[in-house]
Amino acid sequence: MAPLSDAPDAPALASDTLRESIVDTLRSRLGDAIVDVKLVPGVDLWVRVRTDAWRDAGLALRDMGFHYFCFLSAIDWMPSPYGRGEDDPTAPPPERKTEIVQGYTGGETRFQVFARLTDLERHVGITIKADVADVVDAADGDHVIDSWVTNYAGANWHERECHEMFGIRFAGHPDLRNMYLPTDFEGHPLRKDFPLLARHVKPWPGIVDVEPLPDEGDDAAAGEGASDD
Amino acid sequence: MTDLVDRQKLSYIAAQAADARLNVELETEGMTLNIGPQHPATHGTLRIIVRLDGEQVVWADPGAGYMHRGYEKLTEVRTFPQVTTLINRIDWLGSFANEVPFILAAEQLMDIEAPPRAQWIRTILFELSRIANVSLFLGDLGVQLGAITPVFMAFRDREYVLNLIEGATGGRFHPNFDRIGGLKDDLPKGWIDETRQVMKKLRNFCDEIENLLFGNKIFQDRTRGIGVIPPAVALQYGMSGANLRASGIDWDLRRDQRIALAYDKVDFKVWTHPDGDSFARCWIRLQETREATKIVDQLLDGIPSGPVMAKVPRIIKVPAGEAWVSTENPLGEMGYYVVSQGELGPFRVKIRTASFNNISIVPWVLRGVYVPDIITILASLYFILGDIDK
Repeated sequence: MAPLSDAPDAPALASDTLRESIVDTLRSRLGDAIVDVKLVPGVDLWVRVRTDAWRDAGLALRDMGFHYFCFLSAIDWMPSPYGRGEDDPTAPPPERKTEIVQGYTGGETRFQVFARLTDLERHVGITIKADVADVVDAADGDHVIDSWVTNYAGANWHERECHEMFGIRFAGHPDLRNMYLPTDFEGHPLRKDFPLLARHVKPWPGIVDVEPLPDEGDDAAAGEGASDD
Repeated sequence: MTDLVDRQKLSYIAAQAADARLNVELETEGMTLNIGPQHPATHGTLRIIVRLDGEQVVWADPGAGYMHRGYEKLTEVRTFPQVTTLINRIDWLGSFANEVPFILAAEQLMDIEAPPRAQWIRTILFELSRIANVSLFLGDLGVQLGAITPVFMAFRDREYVLNLIEGATGGRFHPNFDRIGGLKDDLPKGWIDETRQVMKKLRNFCDEIENLLFGNKIFQDRTRGIGVIPPAVALQYGMSGANLRASGIDWDLRRDQRIALAYDKVDFKVWTHPDGDSFARCWIRLQETREATKIVDQLLDGIPSGPVMAKVPRIIKVPAGEAWVSTENPLGEMGYYVVSQGELGPFRVKIRTASFNNISIVPWVLRGVYVPDIITILASLYFILGDIDK
């Protein structure tokens, strides 16, 4: 829900009673399982819950009227060791930052799962997140978190996709077969340390024909519209 | 909602009872039937493995992934303006509509807004891609049921819309016209008059299809009461767009969210249907095509003057943050969860496509139906393979 700054009926952005009341109700259901809340008034709401409360959080939200399941996915917060794949293959690899910087509502682990739910009656959506423990399950080398299939039947395919792409196992999911990849595929493509091989075999042609980037000072001055991409 | 959950449980029990009855009464040997990946009803390469008992489906298992192109990974090695080239290819029949939510998410993070004229033109092109997309569905629907004529009419009339899109953007299928902060260009001269003419033709096309197909006895027999999806189930699976409204849920993101498009300036009806069957889904799409032509007409009347591009830096860096923006695309709710860490390109983009959720209900809805109905149900759910596989 993008803010319409000049819309005449735009509510005052200082407070957002609807989203605040949702946070209050959720807090009364989950107690201290809510780790962090980010509320941008009039725009959106992010809530992070403890890993062990992930399934309960989905159930609580469903009971609160968030009947519409939008999606479930994961984020790998580790910076990519390959950058944006624009390195010159003949030069020695450049130094890159390795520090993990989390997004809204913070986090302690490399992987986070997040899901989006919508309340169709109150016209409000919520993004809910949880850390995925760094402890790896010895049997299959996966990170583990509870499944949402019992909360929302639609989570089934999303968790299958998430499992193959990130290597996160959803405990309680009935059928975590690969969705897109061949059964014997090794690795988890959306992890940041999974190399994009096309870029390693052949350098990105984009680096050949872009003009040199102006420094920050020019950047601010060049305000004349048209991005010439 | 309790009532709906009860209905959901009842339909589960009924399906299970049907299975049990089959096993006891007929004692036929089961058979596995493989549909696709190359089948006209799969709009690309979807494979569905169905286990049959006689003529009835015991379980169905759709297998996607024959066209997975890894766009979520590729966005991480592109700059923000370059991403629109990729996401054009997700739902290739309504390409322009794919660009809009991503651009809006980037604009939300940068805290800029496109000028009013750009917002109006965006909305017009958005509705034109809806018409181009759904009119092909209406034609293709006939083919799936053995009626050949509608598809020729659909291709004929969609051509007018594609010509309009080409006239404005330069690309028939992949416009790549939306920019952070506005649009690449203004509309060409004479385009508005031409569009008015075409909208009249498209309304005639809708009338023709309605007379030819929707009143047809065979069509009604093949779709009425087939593939019923109760509202509670539709919500749980995250179905969206016409599929959700055909289950009686009055929800349309064009009307029900505040978004930087011109939908709040026009008057339009959101059609719903209480039945939730294949017929309802097709009927809703027909009404929406007609409604879209009316939206375009209203927008053309009131299009404001002014620039089509806001002032944005030449090198676009998006501030760190997270944004979720979704719009009501031809196939349903399409959205992008964009995570930026203040660099030239996005850190992570989660692409939420409509068809992925719409098709994830197939194992549920196909249980207990007869073999010929598989095709009509798949056709009425309406998916594009690029939209499932991303």
